[in-house]
Amino acid sequence: MAEPRILVVGGGLAGLACTMRLAELGVHVDLVSLVPVKRSHSVCAQGGINSVNALTRQQGDTEWKHFDDTVYGGDFLQHQPPVKEMADWGPRIVDLMDRLGVPFNRTTEGFRDQRRFGGTLYKRTSFAGATTGQQLLYALDEQVRRREVEGLVTKWEFWDFLTPVLDERGRCRGAVCQDLVTMQFRAFQADAVVLASGGNGLIYGRSTMSMVCTGSAVSRAYQAGAWYGNGEFIQVHPTAIPGADKLRLMSESARGEGGRVWVPRKPQDPRDPREIPEAERCYFLEERYPKYGNLVPRDIATREIFDICTNEGLSVEKDRLCVYLDLTHIPRETLDRKLGGILEIYEKFQGVDPRSMPMKIFPAVHYSMGGLWVDYTRSGDGGMLEGSPRNQQTSIPGLYAIGECDYQYHGANRLGANSLLSCIFSGLFVAPSLKAAREEGSRGGEPTKLFDAAVRRQEERHRELLSRTAGTENPYDLHQQLGGLMTRVATVVRRNEQLADAYGEVCQMEERWRRCAVSDTGNWTNQNVVFTKALGDMFPVAKVILKGALLRDECRGAHFKPQFSMPGIEAVEPAAKRAEAERWCDRFEENTRKWLKSTIAACGPGGEPDISYQDVDTSLIPPRPRLYGLVGAEVIEEVWKERQAARSAAEGLTGGVGVAVAAP
Amino acid sequence: MIRAIDGDALRTGDGRSRQAAPLVRVRILRQDVAGGESYWERFEVPHEPNMNVISLLQKIAAAARTQDGRRVAPVAWDCSCLEEVCGSCTMLINGRTRMACSALVDKLLEENGGEVELRPMSKFPVVRDLVVDRRRLFRSLERVQAWVPVDDSYDHGPGPRISPEQQQDAYPLSECISCGCCLEACPQFTKIEPVLRDGESDADFEARRRQAFDAAFLGAHAISQAMLFNSHPTGGMIADERMESLTGRGGIQICGNAQNCVAVCPKRIPLTRSIARAGRAATVWAIKKLFDR
Repeated sequence: MAEPRILVVGGGLAGLACTMRLAELGVHVDLVSLVPVKRSHSVCAQGGINSVNALTRQQGDTEWKHFDDTVYGGDFLQHQPPVKEMADWGPRIVDLMDRLGVPFNRTTEGFRDQRRFGGTLYKRTSFAGATTGQQLLYALDEQVRRREVEGLVTKWEFWDFLTPVLDERGRCRGAVCQDLVTMQFRAFQADAVVLASGGNGLIYGRSTMSMVCTGSAVSRAYQAGAWYGNGEFIQVHPTAIPGADKLRLMSESARGEGGRVWVPRKPQDPRDPREIPEAERCYFLEERYPKYGNLVPRDIATREIFDICTNEGLSVEKDRLCVYLDLTHIPRETLDRKLGGILEIYEKFQGVDPRSMPMKIFPAVHYSMGGLWVDYTRSGDGGMLEGSPRNQQTSIPGLYAIGECDYQYHGANRLGANSLLSCIFSGLFVAPSLKAAREEGSRGGEPTKLFDAAVRRQEERHRELLSRTAGTENPYDLHQQLGGLMTRVATVVRRNEQLADAYGEVCQMEERWRRCAVSDTGNWTNQNVVFTKALGDMFPVAKVILKGALLRDECRGAHFKPQFSMPGIEAVEPAAKRAEAERWCDRFEENTRKWLKSTIAACGPGGEPDISYQDVDTSLIPPRPRLYGLVGAEVIEEVWKERQAARSAAEGLTGGVGVAVAAP
Repeated sequence: MIRAIDGDALRTGDGRSRQAAPLVRVRILRQDVAGGESYWERFEVPHEPNMNVISLLQKIAAAARTQDGRRVAPVAWDCSCLEEVCGSCTMLINGRTRMACSALVDKLLEENGGEVELRPMSKFPVVRDLVVDRRRLFRSLERVQAWVPVDDSYDHGPGPRISPEQQQDAYPLSECISCGCCLEACPQFTKIEPVLRDGESDADFEARRRQAFDAAFLGAHAISQAMLFNSHPTGGMIADERMESLTGRGGIQICGNAQNCVAVCPKRIPLTRSIARAGRAATVWAIKKLFDR
């Protein structure tokens, strides 16, 4: 056998963690990235990284509770063994990053400090100022640089992954990539290829994601036959600063400190907001949720802001949807003391002082919970079996996916500060699996004609694009139209008729893409053709998102269809309340039976997604309803607990934890 | 001009029923290939509120026409995060080295008489237009071994205890985004642009480039990283090796104390403090070496 070689695509947290561990195992890594790896999108993460720690443990916290919070937060849509394994690894991962020199904030005594994040009662989140993602990424970047000097890693920065190369049995044997400077193509032979290429926010035009988050690598794997899982689950953050180029996060703490959200009652009132009298302002969150006011849960805030702009037409601006987030009633001194850092970000990029002028904010696409479907082997203790070549493997043998581009860890909704953990965890955990994969699918000299043919196909595609000078479509304008459409119909509030229409529109846009003209026909740093290519690969994934959303007739996590929402209890009289709660629970159980399934999209002939559904392994923690903020939650919970108790009593006789569902 | 921009005609963005937006004039120093001739081209972009240089460039790419309507290839530039944390989009904007994402057009127009001027960084070889090759910057990080030399990535419990003061000292240094602003502004950091010789293999060319990098000035960013890792309890275990690099060829002695680096750093990293510390450490280390002989 030749010297082992693994190709890693993407140098964010997942790709770097994987590369570091592989190099340590003595495996040579080719690391391909669109940008120098130190510039990957992971740098944008601010909040922190979750794990059980010495302090929370003494307050009753356990890895099991972290696992429970994660699956409950994800509305039970993720297979439980990998999530359990991740929670178990949490403390070790944070310790490791600490050893690598991450400047975590400290307590007076010199221990790591932790803060509390959404979806948990414990202070599990370690953080390094407001730049935790950047600090974690740098620590891994430094270790990989060290291995590069030792000759164990070869970096291919400013290279684009174009396609996996499959042999006649359908096993992945390598990939074709393109040098973004010289535009040369190159085949990389590899024992396994690992995609760690991140999210796909650019399908939505502007998002909180970086310009490299086109999702093109994942789309190319999907078009080559890899399944896509849970595509319709996209996390939208309620408050971001709309910019002409991107949407930048505005922390929830602005509302926590008394910020009020409003729009003028008169659509697009052109007056200076400070001149608009109270009576002509609509404080819609306070009006609709008198109890919670501006601090309603994130998903509700997101939905209401979106709704008032799109369906009621009350956006502050006409062409750019936004509402006011107003802090001007709070004394300057208080704002500087409590919110200084985040207000500076607004000032820096908007050139406006939010202490004297209401901020303009709008929800923004933030994270892809869905991604490439990946496999796992369940271990005896209900976790993931270390070293199994099935772990993180896509439906194409020899092709793996880790980090944000897999669908494995966050189900229908991701908890804050869990993404940094899932990225590092999947990167470290997959390394021994890759080593095993090599032994399983030993290469023994692949015919070079396989790679030659693959390179030739990419060269032809490239040449065809360069020849389209007479086209009538502008790729940048088309991208804006795609982003606008996806943002309108497939983010916060989803309606079947809109989704169906949008699907047709995306198909038309894809046709129009074939008539795109490139304005640069050169073969040197041609960003124009690279972008056009990436745009072409956005349509297949956009269709996966739209079709998955269209077919899923329920509300789960980030996927909200008003037509299928389950309102709270209306009755007041105790017996009627009780009866209504029984019916509510019946409906919940029926919905669980029908829809607690992963959406699996396979790229069919002609590029249309074939959708099927797979059962989710919920054998460790039985699904239960999320009742936060619902009217009558207490009575529903009472009924639910009684049903659970009855079920456990029946099952408890045999001593099992429930019926184990086989992993797919 | 700026007052007109702030008018309500633009606030609604409804261009059809109102006057067309004023145009932003942009002058860009272009270059088609590495080592090629450079030339100026002018563009005009409709103004939008809160525009930054990135959105100017996005619109120029989409239109791909000069001011006089001539069709040209889109201007090439580097960017990624657009929130000043990835370090990609450094360029000379109105003559000053800074990040394109946080350079707001209205402010630029005010400081430069109604025009925005973009040039590539001058201390790195131009790849194309505003894209430069900053490999040397990362090579400097290798030269000073900017990492914590851990045994392995397996579980050995937590890292060393660190006081809050130590953390607050290290954190700003760790925010360096490798943008290269400090190098662009440094009078001692000069451009290295080796040219492929006839018959030279890629490997030989690469080795020659590496040699040239290693003989030249490290730069403020790398000196500061060396100080960051020397101050870490585990990182400091190879402090002597870092001092060897810092005092060798292209080391700290090249610094002329112009202090431009700290003035242009977009992350406000106390670079001159790091350099001063490195200078003191170099003196101590030289004396120690003398006695150890």
